[in-house]
Amino acid sequence: MYLNSIFSNPERMERLGDIAQSSFLPLIEAAVQFTLPLSVISFILGLFLAVLTALARISTVRILQWIARVYVSIIRGTPLLVQLFILFYGLPTVGVTIDPFPAAVIGFSLNVGAYASEVIRAAILSIPKGQWEAANTIGMSYSQALRRVILPQASRVSVPPLSNTFISLVKDTSLAALILVTEMFRVAQQIAATNYEFLLLYGQAAVIYWVICFSLSLVQGQLENRFDRYVSR
Amino acid sequence: MISITNLHKSFGELEVLKGIDVNIEKGQTIVVIGPSGSGKTTFLRCLNILEKPSAGTVEIGGLVADFSKPMSKKQIMAFRKQSAMVFQHYNLFPHMTVLENITEGPVTVQKKDKKQAEQKAQALLEKVGLSDKADAYPYQLSGGQQQRVGIARALALEPKVMLFDEPTSALDPELVGEVLQVMKDLASEGMTMVVVTHEMRFAKGAADEVLFMDSGRIVERGTPDAVFNRPQEPRTQRFLNLIQNTDTI
Repeated sequence: MYLNSIFSNPERMERLGDIAQSSFLPLIEAAVQFTLPLSVISFILGLFLAVLTALARISTVRILQWIARVYVSIIRGTPLLVQLFILFYGLPTVGVTIDPFPAAVIGFSLNVGAYASEVIRAAILSIPKGQWEAANTIGMSYSQALRRVILPQASRVSVPPLSNTFISLVKDTSLAALILVTEMFRVAQQIAATNYEFLLLYGQAAVIYWVICFSLSLVQGQLENRFDRYVSR
Repeated sequence: MISITNLHKSFGELEVLKGIDVNIEKGQTIVVIGPSGSGKTTFLRCLNILEKPSAGTVEIGGLVADFSKPMSKKQIMAFRKQSAMVFQHYNLFPHMTVLENITEGPVTVQKKDKKQAEQKAQALLEKVGLSDKADAYPYQLSGGQQQRVGIARALALEPKVMLFDEPTSALDPELVGEVLQVMKDLASEGMTMVVVTHEMRFAKGAADEVLFMDSGRIVERGTPDAVFNRPQEPRTQRFLNLIQNTDTI
């Protein structure tokens, strides 16, 4: 019915076309200014946190293991949206006020850190013990072995699951709209609120998210190819 | 060169080494044989602390490790520098080329000049007959070639002692010879070597001394001729009989 009425009404078609055209640029701007930086910064910080957490989990120091476990359990056991709300709306009541963007970065980094730590832990454990031994017998310290021998091999194994994490993150940044970050989804909401073309605006946002994620999956393929140069196929 | 006194190793309740005493002279090639589970691989791994012995002392090239006392990581690393290990499953670094595998120790650990390390690596590759494989990745090589790279990687560290842990056990039969030849050459050049192996021909041809281990002890030791042709201990005789019988099946 709805579609029928659109296509049989040239004026409405024109109006939709105009809105789509005029909203395209603001959406892209929001994506470039907030969605992408939020994703990239949070992913990088999160990865750093994830490596530390994974190392803590596989270390022999009990207290480190325990801290890592508790951290992962809290993050994985609570909704991302609740975490963001605690950071942005909750903390001010105890005197800690964080701006929307930094609050989002903290929330998403903590999230990526917990999920990716499990990926990295599994990847590290998948490297045969003989690699550690060979590294040790050529005189490497723990950190040298990790940096030069184990992590390079573990990163190859981690590319597919970490790509998953990153792609999920890009889409999850839309939740930042609810803590007032003017990323792409929030801009779509704002525009739609003025002209009531919800389907059009959210549809446009969806397409742009998809284009970003599709591009990322192409990058993933490239990365996998690069890493595969040293394994037989 | 190597002096081992009262070496013990237990895994939990299981005592794998029950007091090993051996002296090895500089330039000697020692072959360790024995049935599986006799502790010969554990013995070898204790010499560079891949397994931490429970008790005893090992002296290599003037550096003494006393395992009745706790050792710091620094001490362990310093002690490891005395020897280099060749593994049954090669354990090459798959993400590095052959050349990078060999220069990794000298450059990253010993902080040597990269150019010089590469030249030396090329010379070592020549020595093991793989000078055309410098830029290959390990997966592109046969098992025998990989193991020869493993030997070159160990030699690049300029160790005082080379340790071989069943270096040919994972190889197809036709590839065993090329690895043993490299090892024989090394032995004749005066490298001090401890070799755990099932290759009795190598033991007969290249060893200065053969150690026969069983149940965590050295049961018999002597020249290859003495151990293989006139074994004194019944357990040695039984082991050698078993091996010879399978040869004729």
